Parts: sequence; structure tokens; C-alpha cells
Amino acid sequence: MTTDTFEYIRADDIASAVALVSADPGSQYLAGGTTQVDLMLKDGVLNAERLVDITRLPLRAITRRGETLLVGALTTMEELAAEPVLRERAAFVRAALLAGASTQLRNMATIGGNLLQRTRCRYFRDPAVPACNKRAPGSGCAAITGPARMHAILGASEHCIALHPSDFCVPLIALGALVHVQGMGGERSIPLTDFYRLPGDRPDLENALAHGDLITAIEIPLLPAAARSAYLKVRDRASYEFALTSAAVALKIDNSVIAEARLALGGVATIPWRARAAEEVLIGAAPINEVFREAAEAAIVDPFTVPGTAFKVELATRTIVRALEMAAA
Amino acid sequence: MTHRTSPSPVALTASVNGVPVDLAVASHETLLDVLRDRLGFTGTKKGCDQGACGACTVLVDGKRVLSCLTLAAQCDGREVTTIEGLASGDKLHPLQAAFVRHDALQCGYCTPGQIMSALALLAEGRAGSDEEIREFMSGNLCRCGAYPNIVAAIREIAG
Repeated sequence: MTTDTFEYIRADDIASAVALVSADPGSQYLAGGTTQVDLMLKDGVLNAERLVDITRLPLRAITRRGETLLVGALTTMEELAAEPVLRERAAFVRAALLAGASTQLRNMATIGGNLLQRTRCRYFRDPAVPACNKRAPGSGCAAITGPARMHAILGASEHCIALHPSDFCVPLIALGALVHVQGMGGERSIPLTDFYRLPGDRPDLENALAHGDLITAIEIPLLPAAARSAYLKVRDRASYEFALTSAAVALKIDNSVIAEARLALGGVATIPWRARAAEEVLIGAAPINEVFREAAEAAIVDPFTVPGTAFKVELATRTIVRALEMAAA
Repeated sequence: MTHRTSPSPVALTASVNGVPVDLAVASHETLLDVLRDRLGFTGTKKGCDQGACGACTVLVDGKRVLSCLTLAAQCDGREVTTIEGLASGDKLHPLQAAFVRHDALQCGYCTPGQIMSALALLAEGRAGSDEEIREFMSGNLCRCGAYPNIVAAIREIAG
């Protein structure tokens, strides 16, 4: 079944949009629509009685604030990728943006929406499959028992192995970006590292937002280490494909010693995955292959694999090593 | 399948290929369906109808987007350009002529989307090499595999 009767409302200002959606559990925001329209109208996975179109709200500016970049949530992926500051100060953010989707989708998709994009797990996206704890809590997980390949090996549970598919969020979480949110209780900011929930026994609960909370901006710290960065994405085809594994790396190297390190992984986890244990291996060590391999092994701890995803352990390890080599070169 | 009472139509004014149109659309109607079924611009093709193939690519305010994932209701005040907007009478747009010269198609179903996407690619300044064209045309699939000739046609116009 697909939803074809819903009310469409164009929001004129932020406060009334937040009030409207907060007051009504059947209302949802509509921005670029590349997830919402797809899952609602084409797949029949999402349902809403009312869509509140926020695309005309004034949340599209990119502002440099000292050593951070404040990006309005309705900035499109293409607009942010064109931001000159990123080339110089955080090239891996630009690389991750351009590694995602196609130009057409990047012209539509907003960076706030990118954070909230839903998993590509084919069982979640197919209502004909009865077992999906994310779509129908308590119904089971068809991915764990059925063929699975594009699934998570980190942050997974026996209830869900659905992958967070974003490229963009991987360097963002490495940098410790902040998510600015407006809700009925006012404005607040949430570190991206605290934004996502692991599936545990409630895979349907994905993040720290309450119903009606609106992402207004993403604040990206322009860390010194990000001047030397790399994003490596490994996938089944050369372009326009989701990651099998990816790694975002930022390194500050002083006198042949790694002074600062940030490392995050995509394509392998239920949420954008910050690899702090690997960062600790790197900091204070020499930028050499043996250290990179040790760091990579520290990043993949207690993987939750099924036969179709077991290959990702070694692939992710090699992806991290290669990304570190790229950044250090 | 149960239906609630249909919500009221959404009124909008848009420009399609330079001509203003006033429409009342249902909230769920996509730009693709409105272009094809209500306005008769059947050059824009419905392939996967879910954002995976690029056959439905059109320009909105000069940017290439997927019309299958764009709600028509969101296009109020926008300028939409479809493949029908390129030729001047019987004279093909140079990019259309290049696709013909290079035999950049077989069945032709993906071609309108390829050409609209390529038009934007040229405007974006991303046709500097075969590699760059392949990367930034990757949102347009061609199941006949005419890719080498599509790249050649775009290269010719890029100069």
C-alpha cells in the first residue's frame, strides 16, 4: 500500500512549522524528499497524514564563524560541496559529499535530511517482508536470517543489522560536528556523536530528536587536522552506489609523529561510526604502515557478522589502512 | 485499500519550458506524472520511478533533479525545463544533434534524461575529461550500454 492521501502544507516560518508538526503525530517535515517521497509514495514504508514543506524556510546559508562552518540545514549537498572553505580546510567532507548519490539527488537532498536518511536495508524497504524490527517493532529481523550483504557489522544487535548509509556523516562525526535543533522547548545543540542511537532492542528509535524537532543547522569544526584528510569509499561500482566500507581520516603530523588523529567509518555500522580506540593508537605514533594496521584492527572490535557480511571485517581494515596512507602521503 | 477524504488540491503556478502554467495538483502527484499525464510532456521518461535510474531528469531553476521524487506541489514559482524545451522548432539543440551524430543511444528510453543531465553537467563545468563526465553522469543509467558514445557526444559539445 502506498500513501496517496495526505495534506501538503508549505511552511512560511520556522516557529509555526515546528508548532504544527510538534502538535500532530501524523505530521512530518518534507525537505528534499529523496527519502520521504521514496519511502512514502513508492515503497509504502512511511506514512504521514500531513507533510509540512520546509524548503522555503531561511535555513540555507553557509556562514564561517571563526574555526567552524555553520551550515543551514536546507543547504543542498551540491551547495555545500561547492563551498571553497571545505577544499582547503576539510577536503574529506567535500569528498564524502560528492561520493554520495548522483548530482540530481545532491541537488535535491539537504544536509539536514542527510543526517536523517533511512537505511537501505532491503527488508526494511519492502513491506511485503513481515520481519523488520525497525519498521514493525517486535516482528523480528529478516536480514539476520536471510541473505544480507549491505549490512552492518558494528553497533548491530540480534534485533537489527541495518546500516546507516550516509557518506557525509562519516567525516562529520570524525570532526565532532554539532547538530542545531529547534523544538517546542526552544533551541539546543546535540553533538553528532550523541545524536544517533544504537539499535539495541528498539531499532525503530534512531536518534535523539523528539517528534517535531527540526534540524536548523550543522556546525562543522574546521580542525587543524582536517587540513590533511582523506575519504575512501569502497563499493560495488565506481560511482552512484552505497558504500561496502568507507573511512574518513584526518591527521596532523608534526616532525614525523601523529599529533592529532580523527577516524570514522561508514558502510559498516548501524550509525556513523567514530573509531576512538584507533585514534588513540595513532596519536603519538609514527605515520607508518604497521601503525596504520594496528589502528585499523583496533577500530573493528567484536564485529557482529552474518555469512554475507563477514568479508567486511578485512575489507574495512584494509580501507582504513589505505585511507590513512592517503592522508599521510 | 482504504482512502480518507482527499485533501484539497494544491494550487501552483510554474513555468514549463518558458510557458507559465497554472495547475491544481493533488498533494501526492509527482512532477514527473504531472509533466507526462497532465501537461503532455511525455519526453520525460518514467524508468524506475524511485530515484535510481535518472530517466526522469529535468531542470528545476536550472539545476538537474529527479522529477519522480519531486512533488509537483513543491514546484510553485519554479522554472521547469524538459527535453521538449531544448529544440528551436525543427532545429535540434546542439547537444541533441551531437547525440544523433555519435549514435549515443540504442533504444532511446534513457536519452531525454541523459541529455537533460548532460546539459546541466556542461553548465556545471564538469565535462573536462572522459573520467569527469563518467563520474558526474553516473546518475543516468543506460541499460543498452551506450555509455562510450554518450561520453563522446558530451565531449564534442564541451570542446
